[in-house]
Amino acid sequence: MLKLENISMTVNNSNGLQREIIRDINIEFKPGKLYAITGPNGGGKTTLAKVIMGIYQHTTGHIYLNGEDISELGVTERARRGIAYAFQQPPRFKGLNVADLITIARPGIDGLGLRMKMRDVGLCPEDYLDRDMGPGLSGGEAKRIEIAQILSRDSIISIFDEPEAGVDLWTVQRLIGLIVQKYQDNPKSTAIIITHHENVLPICDEIIVLEEGVIKLRGSAVEIWPLIRDDIQCKMREQCRGEICYEL
Amino acid sequence: MNFKPVDMQLLDVISNIKSIPEGAINIRRDGEPVIRQSSPNIKIGTNADNNGLLVEINPGTRNESVHVPVIVTEAGFHDKVYNTFIVGEDADVTIIAGCGIHNDSHSDSGHDGIHEIIVKKGARMKYVEKHYGEGNGQGKRILNPTTNIILETGATAEMEMVQIKGVDDTVRITTAHIGDKANLKIMERLMTHGEQKAVSDVRLYIEGQGGSGQILSRSIGRDDSVQVFKAALVGKNECLGHVECDSIIMDQARIQSIPELIAESADAVLTHEAAIGKIAGEQLIKLMSLGMTEKDAIDTILEGFLR
Ligand SMILES: Nc1ncnc2c1ncn2[C@@H]1O[C@H](COP(=O)(O)OP(=O)(O)O)[C@@H](O)[C@H]1O
Ligand SMILES: [Mg+2]
Repeated sequence: MLKLENISMTVNNSNGLQREIIRDINIEFKPGKLYAITGPNGGGKTTLAKVIMGIYQHTTGHIYLNGEDISELGVTERARRGIAYAFQQPPRFKGLNVADLITIARPGIDGLGLRMKMRDVGLCPEDYLDRDMGPGLSGGEAKRIEIAQILSRDSIISIFDEPEAGVDLWTVQRLIGLIVQKYQDNPKSTAIIITHHENVLPICDEIIVLEEGVIKLRGSAVEIWPLIRDDIQCKMREQCRGEICYEL
Repeated sequence: MNFKPVDMQLLDVISNIKSIPEGAINIRRDGEPVIRQSSPNIKIGTNADNNGLLVEINPGTRNESVHVPVIVTEAGFHDKVYNTFIVGEDADVTIIAGCGIHNDSHSDSGHDGIHEIIVKKGARMKYVEKHYGEGNGQGKRILNPTTNIILETGATAEMEMVQIKGVDDTVRITTAHIGDKANLKIMERLMTHGEQKAVSDVRLYIEGQGGSGQILSRSIGRDDSVQVFKAALVGKNECLGHVECDSIIMDQARIQSIPELIAESADAVLTHEAAIGKIAGEQLIKLMSLGMTEKDAIDTILEGFLR
């Protein structure tokens, strides 16, 4: 379905030096599967997602979508061919409201559909559909609306960049449920979730650990999860000072 | 009444009039009133100096509106008018003003509207004014509105002033005096293209105790256009005032934003925010990743911003 072949991306640092942010990535994402990409901060996860979406141009290698080389295509063309990306940090828009953005994501969606998408991400449609997408929204709200856009899109490849960030546990459970239901075993689509979440990782079909721009580990969740569990759980406890995670 | 298609089109753009509405209305074309009709509660007459309108809205009038659009279609015509509006005590009304110019010629045409608005005790007023220019000639389309507004005790007014497009040169001067517990909100929306110039100078004198005033401005400067925006709040009592100027700058445009706060009372609370910037790359990329072309993404962002 989506094949990355020898993908690397180099940037010029501020001091003029070249730096390889991701290096020699080879993955084939198959239909009906749920992939998790995890690894330390700065490991290159978001960069890889942006390379797939065409936001960053990779410097070597090729990207194939259903056999077509899409390496030279821009963001709009890749979106139209079926790639969707939920931003880690969704940008704000003064003057556009929530309904506007969902309608851009899914042209022709009706009122019923809009309300359903809001409820899917745990937001009350009456309160949110008219809300301005400007700085008045909290980070967690913006994040859920971002996810709702991608869930509206019926894409071939849907990438979610840390969907759990800023979202409460109850909603995370619900989102995971939705993603599993929508993408797992669906022969027309694939979901890639960039995540550190200990509830998400074990239920994915495959886990890819990205560290310093290279794939450090990959395999089925059954193989990989036991190897990284201690690390992830420990990290989450540090992040949240232990309180929330022990309630899980 | 002999309205040409060009008249009707201008009227539609500036005041959403598709046919002549019921109720109080005055349509001025090239300096002459072509339609004037009062309603039982809203009287439209000529002022004492015979150089404009006197619009008197009876106390307690509810949910009525008055249309006073101006159109200029004669090439090279320069219109000037002095209008007075008196909104009676406890009334609740909407005034729909606006000016459209059609100029295909090589000489400049324009309109200077000098408005005096008095909102009496406890009354509410909404004022909507749209400015628009069109035509293919080299002649400029010039609009210079001056508005003085007085809000008496407990009065509330909301003013929406929009310059849609096609106005080459505009100097807008707005002055307000806000009384006890009165509240004024001014919203400006402006888009300039080509070589257009726009100046807006708003001064709110918040004089009464518990008065409040807000100026919210959104503008987009494109091509080689120039905008200057001055917004001053003078707090003379225990009051609240806020100015917000937000602009998107594109191409070779220039935008100058000058907020000014003057407190003449220790109980005045005055704040301002001003921001000028181009469309954020992230916003474009986000909309493109939902399948939009870059051009559609820009249009969507700009349209939303001025909505
Ligand atoms: N456009 C860019 N230019 C230069 N450096 C970048 C750019 N984008 C990301 N980086 C750097 O690449 C590394 C990987 O970043 P990122 O992909 O955001 O990591 P992750 O999502 O795994 O936390 C970081 O060191 C980051 O600073
Ligand atoms: Mg990231």
